[in-house]
Amino acid sequence: MFAFVLRRLAVAIPTLLLLIVLSFVLMHLAPGGPFTQERALPPQVLANLNAKYGLDQPLWRQIWNYLWGIVVHFDFGPSFVYPDRTVNELIADGFPVTLTYGGLSFVLAVVCGVALGVVAAIRQNSLWDHLAVGISIGAQVLPNFVMAPLLVLVFTLWYRLLPGGGWSFSDPSFWVMPVIALGTSYMASIARITRSSMLEVLGSNHIRTARAKGMPEHRVILRHALKPAMLPVISYLGPVFVSMITGSVVIDIYFSTGGIGKAFVDSALNRDYAVMMGVTILVGALTILFNLVVDVLYAWIDPKIRY
Amino acid sequence: MVIDSQKMQALARRMAGAEIRGRSPWADARRRFLRNRAAMTGLAILVGVTAFALAGGAFAQWSHDELDFGVMGQVATLGQPSIANGHYFGTDDLGRDLYARTVQGTQVSLMVGVVGAAIAVLVGTLYGATAGYVGGRTDQIMMRAVDILMSIPYMFVLILLLVMFGRSMSMLFLGIGLISWLDMSRIVRGQTLSLKNREFIEAARAIGVPAWRIVLRHIVPNLLGVVAVYATLLVPLMILTESFISFLGLGVQEPLTSWGALISEGAGTMNYGTLWQLAFPLFFFCITLFGFFFVGDGLRDALDPKDR
Repeated sequence: MFAFVLRRLAVAIPTLLLLIVLSFVLMHLAPGGPFTQERALPPQVLANLNAKYGLDQPLWRQIWNYLWGIVVHFDFGPSFVYPDRTVNELIADGFPVTLTYGGLSFVLAVVCGVALGVVAAIRQNSLWDHLAVGISIGAQVLPNFVMAPLLVLVFTLWYRLLPGGGWSFSDPSFWVMPVIALGTSYMASIARITRSSMLEVLGSNHIRTARAKGMPEHRVILRHALKPAMLPVISYLGPVFVSMITGSVVIDIYFSTGGIGKAFVDSALNRDYAVMMGVTILVGALTILFNLVVDVLYAWIDPKIRY
Repeated sequence: MVIDSQKMQALARRMAGAEIRGRSPWADARRRFLRNRAAMTGLAILVGVTAFALAGGAFAQWSHDELDFGVMGQVATLGQPSIANGHYFGTDDLGRDLYARTVQGTQVSLMVGVVGAAIAVLVGTLYGATAGYVGGRTDQIMMRAVDILMSIPYMFVLILLLVMFGRSMSMLFLGIGLISWLDMSRIVRGQTLSLKNREFIEAARAIGVPAWRIVLRHIVPNLLGVVAVYATLLVPLMILTESFISFLGLGVQEPLTSWGALISEGAGTMNYGTLWQLAFPLFFFCITLFGFFFVGDGLRDALDPKDR
């Protein structure tokens, strides 16, 4: 297992380096520099700006400096648009917010999705089953950017129960809609995957044996069926994590929650390449890390897999 | 014994006519698909939406970029959906006809979905089939490259591309196409691995068919079922991707519009009581996704006999 983790890390690090270099090269291929404005700057000012941000140096040296800053100092450099702010500060501002509602949303989606799927599978063709299947079909067409306005419409404009935007760490009423809007469609997918894999496991021989020897049903489900039924769900968690980070951009914009998604879109509209690259690289690193965790979890649960 | 030759001939003709024709797997699949009520509903929805995109413009009384100055400024009261003033779906916040804009948004979104899926199918199939058929070290390198590309947060990279190289339709197609073929190539490779040791491939190789021709003429046609199902499920994902980007205001640019942009506009103005601005684009968006998902599921069930 240890060797497996090491081997995966050996792939992950070059991937990350590739992502950094690629986005850096893209930035230089792009027409217009970071300081291109509608009114052209005087050449001397432009040259000074370029010198200040190190953009006058040869490309390989810039990449080297950038990489060195990230790897050694964990420093993503200064923002190109806000002279007094660094990319680190901008990310540090938003990250706790994203982590709070993103984490809650993830937990909610997994717990509710699995519960719904298991209940649907145990009581196949019952009311519960139809309800679960109905929800999971309906939620397919309710991605976060559709859920968000609908939630605001119902809970803020019609019933005036929840604040329609903003963020406060101390007041959970600000958390409700972001968490639901982000998590619903994934909860539905997880429920669907759980249901079908649970149905498959429940029909297998070892479950029949467990039942035949008189094991109580709840024990059969929890001890013998749930674990193998979780395998497809676990392999789905990687993509869910990635899309949730992506979806947080919509949440940040629509609910003005101020997470890293806001930093990303703001910088996209301002052409602040430094911040965009910083966020992209951070998200890439998180994705790779999370996929590694998922793989380890998978190998730990499935005894058939030997790395 | 006298045999009535005429009757015999008639019988023979009837027998020949009634000869039980073997049903090909494709005919079987078609029959299963036609019986699937959800899938047929989905297909009907898709036909309807496509017709709306293609022919809907002919019924519009206003063009998509024309401002109705009589409505402007009082959209909440005067811009409601009405047959009388020709704004069937009402107007948007600037007084533009929402019907014409919905038609246009439908065209753009469907086009992005179909073109994105087509790129994915073309590139993914060829890449996956090549990797699977050639095998060995080439396969390993090609699939490792896919692994690496898959762990890149593509939505962020896509937005990065759109911001750096300008937000044009072609850039959007390129960006969406660049990332969408990865899953396809994995699926196709897996299928190719199981196909390539079959007798007909061996036979083709024995008579000296070149490798590229085996891939194109013998492997790819046998993958069509999987590819068709996956492509149908890919179109809604492409539409979702494009809508996501347009919702953020980073997708197609005015005066062009798409479902995502329209939903975003409608969501921004629903505070003023102009709910139709959200409702109509959202309705088309949702039924189309439903349609594609149902048809995709139906195709999968129809083409996968062991699933019955």
